[in-house]
Amino acid sequence: MSDDPTGARDAGYDDFLDAAEAGEAYYLSCPEGHGSLPPRTVCPDCGDPDLAEEPLPAAGEVETFTVAHVATPAFADDAPYVTAIARFGPVRLTGQLRGVDPDEAEAGLPVELAVEASETTGRRLLAFRPR
Amino acid sequence: MTGVRVAGVGLTEFGETPERTGRDLFGTAADRAFADAGVPRADVESLRYGNFMGELSERQGHQGPLMAEAAGVRAPATRYESACASSSAALRAAVRDVRNGEEEVVLVGGAERMTNLGTAGATEALAIAADELWEVRAGMTFPGAYALMARAYFEEYGGDREDLAAIAVKNHANAVGNDLAQYQREITVADVLDAPPVAEPLGLYDSCPISDGASALVLVSDEYAERTGVDAPVAVTGTGQGGDGMALQDRDYLARTPAADEAAAEAYDDAGVGPGDVDFAEVHDCFTIAEALALESLDLYETGEAIGAARRGETTRDGELPVNLSGGLKAKGHPVGATGVSQVAEVTQLLRGDHVNSDAVADAEVAVAHNAGGTVASCIVHVLEVAA
Ligand SMILES: [Zn+2]
Repeated sequence: MSDDPTGARDAGYDDFLDAAEAGEAYYLSCPEGHGSLPPRTVCPDCGDPDLAEEPLPAAGEVETFTVAHVATPAFADDAPYVTAIARFGPVRLTGQLRGVDPDEAEAGLPVELAVEASETTGRRLLAFRPR
Repeated sequence: MTGVRVAGVGLTEFGETPERTGRDLFGTAADRAFADAGVPRADVESLRYGNFMGELSERQGHQGPLMAEAAGVRAPATRYESACASSSAALRAAVRDVRNGEEEVVLVGGAERMTNLGTAGATEALAIAADELWEVRAGMTFPGAYALMARAYFEEYGGDREDLAAIAVKNHANAVGNDLAQYQREITVADVLDAPPVAEPLGLYDSCPISDGASALVLVSDEYAERTGVDAPVAVTGTGQGGDGMALQDRDYLARTPAADEAAAEAYDDAGVGPGDVDFAEVHDCFTIAEALALESLDLYETGEAIGAARRGETTRDGELPVNLSGGLKAKGHPVGATGVSQVAEVTQLLRGDHVNSDAVADAEVAVAHNAGGTVASCIVHVLEVAA
């Protein structure tokens, strides 16, 4: 199913999720070495249009996280859940931290990227699992 | 280049009035601003109006002309949207056009109707200020985003929930006498610490409420004030704006707000003042952690130092640098599109001496207002001074 509430496919984003599901997640890199996430026409840091897809490092690290208790309707049945920002090489990603007791979550936790589903809507989302 | 004066301010009560339409709220705020200013409506050359979620809460776009009608003003009208900084964006545009000599009298304001959406609906509506693809689809909420920043701040600079609680306690205390505020009651540190969690480490009392309300200012040029004899003792002397990556994950810092650094530096430079000249501040405390981030970006505190300012008593009403004497977003309320202009309205009254908390800043001459959009991907700062 489409992940967009409107039913449309979001090129770039959905392509990234497809790749991540296949274990082939990537980021975009410009000649200056700035990392970014698709879709991009140019590097958001320097404007260079020469963007190459590079494999996303398999090993990530949680930088910060929160246990969300008040959710939007699209995540009502998911709450409480852990939202985290994790670094994978030159880029960070935002996702749900799963497979960890919220009390055990901490900055520095090694994680890997996963594509899982919202318990409320079944739509795909980015998740992190302990590594 | 002419200076810009605040000739009049008008605010509605902030709170829960789910049945009141945006046009009703803004019409009231504008009417109060005109009454305060003593400027004829016919002199207004434009309306600059801020609103964030009108399409979601009222199914109403194109609000500029609607709000001009509500205010009884026959003038070109434009809506500005910059998330929670929407009405500051409107104000900044007006300040620059008055200075340019393009216009002499501008009505500026904002309004938001939110409580009719309910808590879940308003949470969803607020989330559209974040990156839909890379943040919202993962379940990140607005409180969640500030919680991510709070945790990152604790990791990097220290601080704890009690430091944050002191900010909430202070701002509630400031709102007690403000009859426009949503919460006019004191709370304790224990109330904050024991409140239900929203997005850990933030709880219910770390968060501003969902609010309905409107704000308005009548701005005039120095020349207009002189020519007509309008009483306008407070001037907007500095304006600055900064930007950052839309999503938190794409920023250089998770525990600092460079967009506000930029906005503050530009506003200070524009006004020809420095942070040491500031007597008091109104800052965007949508969540308690946001007040600490704001004070550091305004260069009123070193990075990593503002978290304990309220707990140490430095930013309380009898402290060296009173912050959020209005009650802040936390206790006064946060009708998103109305907030920036309401901060400037409160600052104006504090400087004029006709605010309930003016005694706390009796000799004040310089103040700043800091208004942030989203997770501070946008920030606008204004400097206000008692005119010579
Ligand atoms: Zn680049």
